[in-house]
Amino acid sequence: MTRLVRRRYLALRVDCEGPLESNAVSDAIWNAVLRLFGEVGASQAGLYLVKYDDEKRYAVLRCAHKALPMVRAAIASITRIGYAPAAVHVIRVSGTLKALSRKTANTS
Amino acid sequence: MKFVDLHLCLSWKDEGQARRLIAKSAELGYSQIGVPLQPSIKPEVVNQMRLVCDELGLDFVTRLDLAPRSSGELLAGLRRFRRSFEVVSVFCSSKAVARQAAKDRRVDLLCFQSFDPKKRFLDTAEAELASASGAALELDMAQVLSGLEERSGVGIFTRLRRELGVAKSFDVPVIFSSGASQPLLLRRPQDYAALAFLFDVEASFALEALTKNPVAVVERNRKKLSLDYVAPGVRVIKETRRL
Repeated sequence: MTRLVRRRYLALRVDCEGPLESNAVSDAIWNAVLRLFGEVGASQAGLYLVKYDDEKRYAVLRCAHKALPMVRAAIASITRIGYAPAAVHVIRVSGTLKALSRKTANTS
Repeated sequence: MKFVDLHLCLSWKDEGQARRLIAKSAELGYSQIGVPLQPSIKPEVVNQMRLVCDELGLDFVTRLDLAPRSSGELLAGLRRFRRSFEVVSVFCSSKAVARQAAKDRRVDLLCFQSFDPKKRFLDTAEAELASASGAALELDMAQVLSGLEERSGVGIFTRLRRELGVAKSFDVPVIFSSGASQPLLLRRPQDYAALAFLFDVEASFALEALTKNPVAVVERNRKKLSLDYVAPGVRVIKETRRL
């Protein structure tokens, strides 16, 4: 049986001074998508922060396959998380969490 | 793929910050960086920058940013400094300067410093001149990012969509540069290509603006600055001595 919505998993590196909570990272991504593509775009993106490791500044984000260009553009446009200057880099994109962890392990 | 950032704003006065910025560029996957320098910069400082880049496996490109107030000032600047730098960019502050820069073969990059429609002069006439002279349109992504932070992106995207459309229809090469002066303003080349989705640019076009187009500018100028260059299509292969 095929899944109705194809997904993409993005491995992200967050550059920011000071500690960050996963909520702050999630909010920053949501706000960027909302600001650029509005509520319709954000609803189509199917965003979900799967994992955030503050020590490694590493996050995994899930989004809809069709919304990938939108989400990547929104992530690149992030310049602040909360009030702190920040940058979020997309390290890898994959169709499954398993492949993503394998690819990021190879990269690191 | 060789990614190039032709506009990394380093200041060697704050050496630590400059080193961090260079290291970040290498970490994010760039292999060639262009650094704007003052014409009066000491050769030792340039050598030091080159050394830091070499250590990190980056190719260092010297760049001069000219910001003339008139076309006469632009011509004087080009006459004086063109042969000392690998890349020359012109910040076009008026239409007269923009037109002169677009038709001069010595200019590599055309830059517009503001998103105010009255201060951006890339129309069809400008694009036609730039296409004939081989000048490229440079877009600083840091400018886009800070513009988005300050106000709504509607005006910025509309302007850039129109400009890039004009550039594309006249075959004017487009170059995406970071224009970053802090590490947090730098993004990976693929992220810049993703950001270009906001102005309706296809991924292949965006990647060319980060790879093929800047590489072509640097290679062309390095050839021109080499000692065996005589004129376009003519170079010295062998010198014969008269006895």
